[in-house]
Amino acid sequence: MLQVNRRPESLCDVKMHYCPGCGHGIAHRLVAESMDELGVRERTIGVAPVGCAVFADDYFNCDMIQGPHGRGPAIATGLKRCKPDCIVFSYQGDGDLASIGMAETIHSAGRGENITVIFINNAIYGMTGGQMAPTTLVGQKATTCPQGRDPLVNGYPMRICELLSQLDGTRYLERVSIHSAAHVIKAKRAVKKAFRCQIEGRGFSLVEILSTCPTNMGISPLDAVKFVSDQMVPQYPLGVFKDFEGGKSDVSRD
Amino acid sequence: MGDKLLMKGNDALSEGAVRAGCRFFAGYPITPQNEVPEYMSWRMPQAGGAFIQAESEVAAINMLYGACATGKRTMTSSSSPGISLKQEGISYCAGADLPIFFANVARGGPGLGNIAGAQGDYFQSVRGGGHGDYRTFVMAPGSVQEMGNFPLHCYEVAEKYRVPAMVLADGVLGQMMEPLEFTFPEVDPQKLREPDWALGASTGRKKRAVRSYALAEGKLEIMTLDRAQRYKQIEEREVMFETRQCDDADLVLVAYGTSARACAAAQKLARAEGLKVGLFRPITLWPFPKKALLELAGRVDSFLVVEMSLGQMIDDVKLAVECSVPVHLHARCAGAIPTGEDIFQQLQAVLKAGKGECICCK
Repeated sequence: MLQVNRRPESLCDVKMHYCPGCGHGIAHRLVAESMDELGVRERTIGVAPVGCAVFADDYFNCDMIQGPHGRGPAIATGLKRCKPDCIVFSYQGDGDLASIGMAETIHSAGRGENITVIFINNAIYGMTGGQMAPTTLVGQKATTCPQGRDPLVNGYPMRICELLSQLDGTRYLERVSIHSAAHVIKAKRAVKKAFRCQIEGRGFSLVEILSTCPTNMGISPLDAVKFVSDQMVPQYPLGVFKDFEGGKSDVSRD
Repeated sequence: MGDKLLMKGNDALSEGAVRAGCRFFAGYPITPQNEVPEYMSWRMPQAGGAFIQAESEVAAINMLYGACATGKRTMTSSSSPGISLKQEGISYCAGADLPIFFANVARGGPGLGNIAGAQGDYFQSVRGGGHGDYRTFVMAPGSVQEMGNFPLHCYEVAEKYRVPAMVLADGVLGQMMEPLEFTFPEVDPQKLREPDWALGASTGRKKRAVRSYALAEGKLEIMTLDRAQRYKQIEEREVMFETRQCDDADLVLVAYGTSARACAAAQKLARAEGLKVGLFRPITLWPFPKKALLELAGRVDSFLVVEMSLGQMIDDVKLAVECSVPVHLHARCAGAIPTGEDIFQQLQAVLKAGKGECICCK
């Protein structure tokens, strides 16, 4: 029998707790496949966030550390400066990275820390139950803006890749999505390239992955996929914002 | 080792940490501890370590969380408001059993307060400070000599029991210059054994995880009780204090750090007058020298606690002596420093009052 696919070695053989239709499982797999293909599993240290992916320290088959909400890039900085030969990644959601951890995100990028950040943007708080995220769309309902996000009251969603692209310390920034098979393949290329950016010692890399949270969006998994493609992508244009290989920025409305 | 040096307290603290094997420092500017990150900014790379000026105290303590998880000796320092900011991270380190080392060169508070030396952070230091049920090993130096030599002991205790350890100094100790001698041979961190929990290359072994959480029912209690066993061992084995002329004393002054120096001056005045006054100086604030104080309580008429706060350590003294003799307080707060003369005045009044009943029980 021909085996065409298998669990990546960089993922542990454990049951994940993620909801049906959640994007974390796909994102985990993309990170794990990249580690496998680049042959770095045994020298990688991952940082798990606070939020739905807190248990990522059980899921990735490499050394892992779980720390305070939003502080992933600071923890990764300490790890990398002490273990420069290790590959260090921080896996974070939108509340973790773009709200409580914004300072750590911007300053680790500004320092040009040679780390990789995987940023899952699903426009909502997951673990705590559907509160407004810094990336929640205008008009999108959340448990702390039940009438929908009103810019006059709640302000506007924040575009992280665009924000970080202003910083000289960043070397690779790309926004991808996982709302279709084709986009998952593209996302994989981006994640792998971000790791390569670090392996080659080039500096700060971040991949923003637009993702689904049907549970807290209050819609079906299929509708959540549609929400990402129809609502989120126009607000968060996909593309490369910074490329260490000098590739032209190809930000497009996809 | 051996050379007599003249150093500022903050510099001695920094150099002492480097000689003790520290190879990672992250910090943020705040007076009166600025000399520490300044010193580390050149000394750490010179020693082959890493220095980072973090964007905040919050980031600095989390850099330590990551750095310490690799098994390296690490340090951060700050002063009172900055230490408050670090408490979340310290709590996580306690929960993840990471032996970080940090120093508080304390100043007047609460709030922004002032930049003078103070002892208002006693409760924060010995009662946890951050959230959750944990303890920090706390050493209180009383001289530049001790500023330089305590970091090594902090690392050793922290690593042995896997708890955070701190030096609680103040702006006076940080800013003053005194001669000192490093009393230990310089530690070569390459020769330290890598702990079996350290993160790094995992070739040939199972993956490791550093975390402070446990959600399965009952698991966190098991982890916390395991830690409590270590706390008990620390309380039994790691208490440090100094006594001066307590054997014949009617009255014993109890003070740590800068206020103990003022007490030494008061004791000198008292002894010159033939008054039998002793001085008890806790060196570890947690674990607190309860047993030694209780023993002393059986032999003296009263205690006079001298603090640069509204009176915080006095609670621990009262608990230690079990209200068997009166415990009096001489307190200057918010950056004010007690003088030997002031303390001398008060100890005369206390001696006049004699043994009597416990003040809080009557």
